[in-house]
Amino acid sequence: MKEKNDYEHSKRYGMVIDLDKCTGCGSCMIGCYTENNVPFKADETNKLDSINWIQVYKLTNGKPYPETEISYLPMPCMQCDGEGKLGHSPCVSVCPAVATDYDYSTGIVSQIYTRCFGCRYCMAACPYHARKFNWWDPVWPADMEKYLSPDVSPRMRGVVEKCSFCFHRYQLARNKAYYENRQTEELGEDEYQTACAEACPTGAITFGDLNNKSHAVYQLKNSPNAFRLLERLETNPKVYYLSSKKWVRRQGDNYLANEEPGLIKKIDKQHH
Amino acid sequence: MNETPLIPAGVKRCSKWQFSLWMGAVTAVLIWGIYAMFLIWYKGLNQTNMNDAYGFALWIWADLAVIALGGGAFFSGFLTYIIGKDDLKNIINFAVIIGFICYSSALLILAIDIGQPLRGWFIFWHANVHSMLTEVAFCLSCYFAVLTIEFIPLILENPRLAKKPFLHHLSHNMHGVMAVFAATGVFLSFFHQGSLGGVAGVLYGRPFAYREHVFIWPWTFFLFTWSAAACGPCFTILVTWMTEKITRKKLVKQEVIWLFAKISGWMIITYITAKTIDTLYWALVTAPSKGFTLMDFYSSPTYNIGLLFIEIVLCGFVPGLILITRRGRENSFFLMSAVILAVIGVSLNRWVMVLQVMAVPLFSFNDWYTYMPSWQEVATTVLPVAYGLIVISLAYRYLPVFPQEQELNPID
Repeated sequence: MKEKNDYEHSKRYGMVIDLDKCTGCGSCMIGCYTENNVPFKADETNKLDSINWIQVYKLTNGKPYPETEISYLPMPCMQCDGEGKLGHSPCVSVCPAVATDYDYSTGIVSQIYTRCFGCRYCMAACPYHARKFNWWDPVWPADMEKYLSPDVSPRMRGVVEKCSFCFHRYQLARNKAYYENRQTEELGEDEYQTACAEACPTGAITFGDLNNKSHAVYQLKNSPNAFRLLERLETNPKVYYLSSKKWVRRQGDNYLANEEPGLIKKIDKQHH
Repeated sequence: MNETPLIPAGVKRCSKWQFSLWMGAVTAVLIWGIYAMFLIWYKGLNQTNMNDAYGFALWIWADLAVIALGGGAFFSGFLTYIIGKDDLKNIINFAVIIGFICYSSALLILAIDIGQPLRGWFIFWHANVHSMLTEVAFCLSCYFAVLTIEFIPLILENPRLAKKPFLHHLSHNMHGVMAVFAATGVFLSFFHQGSLGGVAGVLYGRPFAYREHVFIWPWTFFLFTWSAAACGPCFTILVTWMTEKITRKKLVKQEVIWLFAKISGWMIITYITAKTIDTLYWALVTAPSKGFTLMDFYSSPTYNIGLLFIEIVLCGFVPGLILITRRGRENSFFLMSAVILAVIGVSLNRWVMVLQVMAVPLFSFNDWYTYMPSWQEVATTVLPVAYGLIVISLAYRYLPVFPQEQELNPID
């Protein structure tokens, strides 16, 4: 948090997830597990102590058949810009040992596993439950250890982990650009993509620099159907969602009975 | 050769076998807690029933609760040494011992609670000055050192230790400068008690806990400090009363208890008034601005609106009003009822600010999160209680804790 924030000009990597396209297949979760060496348990029945960096939620409109509608909502770490978009993400400011930090050059919230001492204050601070604790030592079936990614360090028992927007891929892309004598700060949209975005069979997940007009996410986030989760908490997430269904957009945040999501958004924008 | 007795002169204590039996029973509970503690350190936090939704649970509540209840130490120090309420010198030793037990327990609980106990020192070495927990850790450690310094002269007053000239003079001189440490303790307590309020209050991603504008600073900080200063003395009175019942002796003159209770009562009344204002602003302004109604936070069978009533009215205004009226506090039934209600009230406040914060769902597609502690969590939470009983028992037996004991219980 020592660097100066240049919110408008630095990169702000983010995601736009089209819920109309998401089938809830879970490929994003599987892609993430393999890419990031995410540990799993022999029995994954209890989801509250499972580790996943992206979790697919099932939403329903609550109406009986035949009016029942379902939507699936994949939820990674929101990489919040925080109140006032100053990089004071809910989790970053509370970590007592600076084991999690906001990178002003990319907008990505990091997690330093060897610094974390497992107080779990960040988990209490995160409204999205994006942070997961290693309740056990990670154990992979013997043969699987050979398939672990060498680019991502496995985590030890007693520390918190979370989605990093596959930051190691960003580093690899920068390395490649450097060796090719290109500007490391000017990566093409395709050069840095997250595993979940690549794994999605329906192309529901679009990843890129929210500040870069040539990136698809720049336009997508401005769609009238775009919304972010729990926007009213002013966490300023960098993950946007698209849904043509009003009831889905409403479930993305909390509203009083007499409030309309669209109207509240406009008031909030005027307020800021 | 006649050796100086271990038990202070002029007071009567139970027989050795009676004491050993009592200590044996309490030690058995202590060992159970220690076993659970080592199990957690060895096998990890998977021994608990915490989960990713309930990252803060029973221990953090116990931590906040004992720190609040141990507030009697700093507040009695403040009243005795800074305000000059000399009568409270008759209870301050005991308040310091209770504070020492509470704060050492809090530090132990924190050491058990962290996932990587060997990295506990990171909080000091890699300190994030923006984190409330950092401030709590620093102030808590410093204040525990102050409490230890406050406790030492009392330990040195044991007749066998006091026989040694160096220790006798050390104790005497430490007593002489105790006002400085009492003032330091008050200063440090204001910081860490306040920061503990901030731990939940700054969580702007958790609208149940979040307080904005003036209601986070200084309001929430002072609410926590204030409530500890208000209810800590009640805990001191309660433990004194329990000690009197167990030992079947009057140990502190009732006038001293009444004075302490009266001050505590006024503190409770002012605290709970401020808490009510805080609750009203939060319920009517903060929560609706985030899309929540008050009842959204109390829609669970466990966490229902009754809790708010119990905390503010039953365990807030009721004990406060009893203690500020002479008739109330001078009636032993009402006095002890008020004291117990105040202790429950502040503990409930800490419970709500830790566990209910975790339980409240933030999405309409999520349900309330539930949690039931494992036996290891219960055992490690009971551990400080057993440890406290042992320290109090040893202190009462071997140290002149209560200056009025001799006068109130003359030996024929």
